[in-house]
Amino acid sequence: MSTNGMESWAVDLKDVGAIYPFQGSEVVMVIIGLVFWIGWHVLQTRQENAEIEADMAADRTGDETRRAIDRH
Amino acid sequence: MEGNLNALTTIFTEFYYWVTIVMMFLIHVGFCMYEVGVSRRRNHLKTLMKNAMAIPLVTITFYFFGWWIYFGFPNGPGIAGGLVTAPFAEPWNPLMGTHLSGVNPGETGVTPTDAALWHRLNGVFWGAFLFSITTASIISGSIIERVRSGAFWIVAVLVGSVLWILDASWGWHPQGWMVKLWGYHDAYASGVVHAIAGGAALAFLIVLGPRIGKFKPDGTAREIPPHNVWLVTIGLFLIFTGFWGFYAACNIPLISPATIAGQITGETWTATNIYLAPTTLSAITFNFLMSLSGGMLAGYIVSKGDPFWTFSMGLCGVISTSAGNDLYHPIQALLIGAIVPSICYKLHYFVERRFKIDDAVGAVAVHGYGGFLGVVVAGFMLWGQPSSPYEGFAHINPLGNFAGAVLMFVLGFVPTFIVCKILNSMNLLRVPAKVELEGVDFALNHAFEASVREVGAAEKAMIK
Repeated sequence: MSTNGMESWAVDLKDVGAIYPFQGSEVVMVIIGLVFWIGWHVLQTRQENAEIEADMAADRTGDETRRAIDRH
Repeated sequence: MEGNLNALTTIFTEFYYWVTIVMMFLIHVGFCMYEVGVSRRRNHLKTLMKNAMAIPLVTITFYFFGWWIYFGFPNGPGIAGGLVTAPFAEPWNPLMGTHLSGVNPGETGVTPTDAALWHRLNGVFWGAFLFSITTASIISGSIIERVRSGAFWIVAVLVGSVLWILDASWGWHPQGWMVKLWGYHDAYASGVVHAIAGGAALAFLIVLGPRIGKFKPDGTAREIPPHNVWLVTIGLFLIFTGFWGFYAACNIPLISPATIAGQITGETWTATNIYLAPTTLSAITFNFLMSLSGGMLAGYIVSKGDPFWTFSMGLCGVISTSAGNDLYHPIQALLIGAIVPSICYKLHYFVERRFKIDDAVGAVAVHGYGGFLGVVVAGFMLWGQPSSPYEGFAHINPLGNFAGAVLMFVLGFVPTFIVCKILNSMNLLRVPAKVELEGVDFALNHAFEASVREVGAAEKAMIK
């Protein structure tokens, strides 16, 4: 049993195709990859929303904001 | 070199390794920038010099004995055979100098085959092995702002020119006993470079102790922010760039089937990994980028957009897939490169809280845990694949890679722990608390400021 179908390298390389593991599951892997990508945007957006809300809530009086403007 | 094709192959190979060395040197530019960026202002100069001087020290000691260890010890010795003679790697051998292709009259031990193979490639292949400096530099960032430079340099030589090259001879050599008997597979050195350096860094940190002020009286950790995030960022980008050169340096660029002891049949020439098994530069380019991407994307989420950890997790992504990136599918590299760094990030804070370990740059997590887990994952992913083109070698398997990962980490940890204990007992490991509080650059900064004042006063006196 081998995850890429190769049991030995004592072969003629012109007869060998793909050598990555789990050949045949490319479509599944691409779907998982796409889910990972879309999921990243969802999580990132949620985190950024929470951060912006925390920023908005952090300076009720405006003093910190004035100091930030002065620092710049 | 007989014939135009042989000459072209040799010169191409020579040039190939030369390019990888130039690229790999960027890793050290990056490390210097990164460490200075992380350290506080009163420690910059010593931090820079501590890391930078590892370059010449490991280079010359690698010349004296590191190169020979790699070729002499693939059998253990005593595990799969005896000590192997390697006259071309002895520092006094004419093949270590500028050399054409013949055997010097009266030269013992050098065969015409040695002379033909190593006459042009010895130096450039030796240079490509200077991951030795990288292995030492990985430890350097963890221990900033309280370590004595001399102590680090002793450990840098130990790890960079002895320990890592010993495990490379065992697990990253086409005839290494771990490859032969265990089916150990670690193509781009997750374990051989990174796990061993992470193990050494952890041992160093345990003996050295945390920076003053890192932990509150109740034991909770304080964040000591980087001095300059820009330098850290550029440093890590340069490390990524150099890492690409490192990947290429772990390959043999072009080889005929007949040269690989006749195991691969047919006429198709190929690039191979360090074990002489076929791979392609195309594969490692794809997989490098996908694992970097996985690490950065996951790092951003788990650290909630922290730039330091986002970049560090990108590096961890590459390290965690390096063991199998010669054979993975790009999506596999992406996912492993995302999942393993997320675990390492959590482990970093767990170890910090639980054991009060102050790792200033997270090197134990990024390199140690990332490298360790990368080797373990490769054992599962590549289960049953041939580790080598040579007949009779064990196939890649989870147990072999797990045992190998443990061995790498322990081989870095134990000798470094012992040496650090000895240095500590001689009061040579850590600067006194007063110096740490003043900053290790205290005297240098005062001399600098005095010079500035003196020159400024002289210049002002000349104004009429």
